[in-house]
Amino acid sequence: MRGQPLLSTVIHREKMAAAPVMMPYFGQQISSKSDLVPDWTRQEVSTGTTIMAVEYDGGVVIGADSRTTTGAYIANRVTDKLTRIHNKIYCCRSGSAADTQAIAEIVAYQLGFHSIELDEPPLVETAANLFRASCYRYREELTAGILVAGWDKRKGGQVYSVPIGGMLVRQPVSVGGSGSTYIYGFMDANYKPGMNKEQCMELTAAALSLAMERDGSSGGVVRLASISEEGVERRVILGNQLPKFSTH
Amino acid sequence: IMFEETGPEWLSEEVKTGTTIIAIEFDGGVVLGSDSRVSAGASVVNRVMNKLSPLHDKIYCALSGSAADAQTIAEIVNYQLDVHSIEIGEDPQVRSAATLVRNISYKYKEELSAHLIVAGWDRRDGGQVFATMKGLLTRQPFAVGGSGSSYVYGFVDAEYRRGMRKEECQQFVVNTLSLAMNRDGSSGGVAYIVTIDEHGTEEKVVLGNQLPTFFDQ
Repeated sequence: MRGQPLLSTVIHREKMAAAPVMMPYFGQQISSKSDLVPDWTRQEVSTGTTIMAVEYDGGVVIGADSRTTTGAYIANRVTDKLTRIHNKIYCCRSGSAADTQAIAEIVAYQLGFHSIELDEPPLVETAANLFRASCYRYREELTAGILVAGWDKRKGGQVYSVPIGGMLVRQPVSVGGSGSTYIYGFMDANYKPGMNKEQCMELTAAALSLAMERDGSSGGVVRLASISEEGVERRVILGNQLPKFSTH
Repeated sequence: IMFEETGPEWLSEEVKTGTTIIAIEFDGGVVLGSDSRVSAGASVVNRVMNKLSPLHDKIYCALSGSAADAQTIAEIVNYQLDVHSIEIGEDPQVRSAATLVRNISYKYKEELSAHLIVAGWDRRDGGQVFATMKGLLTRQPFAVGGSGSSYVYGFVDAEYRRGMRKEECQQFVVNTLSLAMNRDGSSGGVAYIVTIDEHGTEEKVVLGNQLPTFFDQ
């Protein structure tokens, strides 16, 4: 259930942060119904966010910002939204923090069990389908936009997008979260098929920085990870090291 | 059961220029650009509308939001600028045009839902771009607006550099419009480009098949 309030008045909030928004969202400038308790205690915790995943020949690069908000309060400014599902399968989470954490834990359990039955590493497509199954079945109750990315022996690096509503689609490059709207144009202009790992890392870091600059619900540091046959390599880019652009 | 003929949905939907507009300043002038789609709900009621409206010889504005509101503001300011320029006996300043737009947007901000970007050239300050959303007035090196602008904020932030020449600005505008039109359902059609400098005003149309293409997946 969303929005567990501390007071008896239930305030139903439109979950805007997870779905890409067309117009800048100036909402939530209301005064509190009560001055006893700050506004943010009655807001749902959300990873209003920017996440991105890119395939390259031999693996994938995934990235995310690090901000978790409760209304206007930043509950966690160093969140890790890149969650391990299996050795070489990760997911990027956006939307409700509670929903996505719960789903990720469930899928990790299901996938671990399945992998033991199979006696071999699971496929990325399997993980993506497990996410989709939960997100679609409980679509009315959940607010979760997830990117599933990883490497397996059969198809190499793969990125699957499971947006709100529970559809599943494989894409060479995908972005998600509230900040993603601002970088569709940048991504279309700068992604080319056949980029190598370093180029994908730079593209992801640049795209996330741009989105973090424009989206109030995204910010903090940039977390990157690359997954390939060799394994998983994680990186953090701190605020002062982010790529800079001329309007700064 | 009611057998009422309510007619097609789009007759009752408000007509909006869900849109992409952009204006950018270069040394010696400005370039404005817009798409050409006007939608009423899911229907495209005009696929070739020019949203770059002249306020004066060397001052144009780009329209977005409600088509009726935006057009009316532009027409009123066009009239007010005519009167003003006769009173002062010379071409009006871009800032004056932007101020007139801002005054209307601010006074009627509850009733109107239109955002105009005003850009032009005058003798005093050269090329200038002003944003007037919801009644503010701010001069910027470049401005984007309309529903399609959300998708290209990242691109314009990354690509804009100070000191671009006229041709680079025109290419920048065309690229931005193309990217936005590909992602925004409310933007599309052809691209209109207007370039204003001290020598005059040049209007150009870039047809759909001549627009630059990008990664399409």
